[in-house]
Amino acid sequence: MDKIFRVNMTDLTTRIEEVPAAWAGLGGRGLTSTIVSAEVPPTCHALGKNNKLVFAPGLLSGTAAASSGRMSCGAKSPLTGTIKESNAGGTTAQLFARMGIKALIIEGLPEEDKFYSLHLTTDGVSIAEETELLGKGNFAVIEAMEAKYDKKVGVMTIGSAGELKMASANISVKDPDSKIRSHGRGGMGAVMGSKKIKYITIDGAGATAVAIADPDKFKAAARVFAKAILDHPVSGEGLGTYGTNVLVNVLHEAGGLPTRNFRFGQYEGHDKISGETMHETIVARGGKPKHGCHAGCVIQCSQVYTDKEGKYVTSGFEYETIWGLGANCCIDNLDDIAEADSIMDDIGVDSIETAVMMGVAMDAGILPFGDGKEVIRLIKDEIGQGTPLGRIMGGGAASVGNAYGVTRVPVVKGQGIPAYDPRSVKGIGITYATSTMGADHTAGYSVATNILQIGGFVDPLKKEGQVELSRNLQIATAAIDSTGMCIFVAFPALDIPECLPALIDMLNARFGISLTGDDVTELGKNILKLERKFNQDAGFTNKHDRLPEFFQEPVPPHNATWDFTDEEIDAFWDF
Amino acid sequence: MNITLKLFATFRQDRFKIEQRDYPDSILIRDIVAELGIELEACGIIMVNGRHALPEAPLKNDDTLSLFPKVGGG
Repeated sequence: MDKIFRVNMTDLTTRIEEVPAAWAGLGGRGLTSTIVSAEVPPTCHALGKNNKLVFAPGLLSGTAAASSGRMSCGAKSPLTGTIKESNAGGTTAQLFARMGIKALIIEGLPEEDKFYSLHLTTDGVSIAEETELLGKGNFAVIEAMEAKYDKKVGVMTIGSAGELKMASANISVKDPDSKIRSHGRGGMGAVMGSKKIKYITIDGAGATAVAIADPDKFKAAARVFAKAILDHPVSGEGLGTYGTNVLVNVLHEAGGLPTRNFRFGQYEGHDKISGETMHETIVARGGKPKHGCHAGCVIQCSQVYTDKEGKYVTSGFEYETIWGLGANCCIDNLDDIAEADSIMDDIGVDSIETAVMMGVAMDAGILPFGDGKEVIRLIKDEIGQGTPLGRIMGGGAASVGNAYGVTRVPVVKGQGIPAYDPRSVKGIGITYATSTMGADHTAGYSVATNILQIGGFVDPLKKEGQVELSRNLQIATAAIDSTGMCIFVAFPALDIPECLPALIDMLNARFGISLTGDDVTELGKNILKLERKFNQDAGFTNKHDRLPEFFQEPVPPHNATWDFTDEEIDAFWDF
Repeated sequence: MNITLKLFATFRQDRFKIEQRDYPDSILIRDIVAELGIELEACGIIMVNGRHALPEAPLKNDDTLSLFPKVGGG
């Protein structure tokens, strides 16, 4: 039977609890948002004693279902002040699921100014004081833990940014190659730092296979599902070849590649930072163009990027990071961006928030546009060392905008707007505005239908159909985020009719239940409403569902503007 | 008329990245795709001057035609 592991950092106690009946059918985002909603006062300080940090594997994590190894992390966000769920690959979701850990809930704050570590086994959680690894980077923590335990140990860790409770701090998760995946967005690393936990290790000894109610049905559905992923040209081939960075050229051509802190929709240096160039570079240097973030992933969108000598620089080198420091900061050098990415992983900051912040910092005059070497120095020596400037920068894009009086600050609810200009990709603008998470492209990836022509086509430059598109995608995403599935399964799910029924069949076979497609849609709707209720109780209204004023300016080449009325945006919530 | 052709991702293999070509005024996008030896079904995104276009659409002088296979990310 699955259990809840609960850790109280105030009195340094731990306990194992039964799973309440109301939580039994939930996993991933559905479960973290339900627990945060039930147990965290919405008006609490995100870094205070009443916030809770929750980890939950997806409903299918730990099974043989393809690409199902995503872990959700939830809390009230210190960056946005809203509820937050951030999911990541790595090895922990599968470990949790096989160890029967339905969720880990961390509450309270230690009274003494000491740091601790948590160690999870099938028997429960132990707490130990930590001194040696304080101030150390995430790679060093992973290395030390593998030396202390073994190569199989699961690790979730924060770098110096998390220790210093910076709002852009993330939580790093060890991947199957002992490198790093991240619970990136929303400052979950600061919440972990506030609870004075440097790292969490997971020892899976004694774990059993995840129980499957109907193994034959599960196996059959899993086969159909994996085939659908592999048959779709994007998930089966494109992502594994070029990674997500294939989008640089796509968005450049479409005029939706935010450039120079969102002034233009095209970047003259696009070819140098494109997925095609990156693929050629990786192959020429003997790196790995194809790589999975968790065992059992068949999409393999990650890659290992090496330097000219063939030495590891970074992996999971994503479009959003490359866009953010590339086009948005006008840095046309992939090696500089890769080095910055690696340092961001090591000190533990979100690479989207940090890249968007750098664009604002360039407008503020802290550094010139295009200065990749100074970006690297600022991340390493200012943010990484926690200098006064570093703390302002580590607070994210809005923090720098506030400190320097910049009005061109691309954020919604305090969170940096990612790699698609909302004026020329209007559907994603609706997602940025309305998401319960602040500006988050993954919450309802309208880019698929606006630009990639997956799941049909809705013209990215027209308002018609965008609210409905974003609504449908956000509902579906909330449900998918609860299964432990990678969001990229949405590409085959939108185009291949057998894909979604196979996913539902797997859920039914796993738990011996009989969900229908409508039930899954209802689950997605319920999660969004629950999250919105938390935000409303925290003081958010529909007036926070808006993009910054400067998006009224036209963006070349299409000279598109953000032209939705308040009523049109608010209609998003009509469900 | 003069058309700029831009190819991306796998479409570049054994072809080119960017080329200017001269075509008769009556040419349709599908004709150019066929001339390039690309299956129409393999085209994920067709853009003319940064706007999505259908294969049946005509072109005009100095247009830029961009062709992508089915790709995605996020």
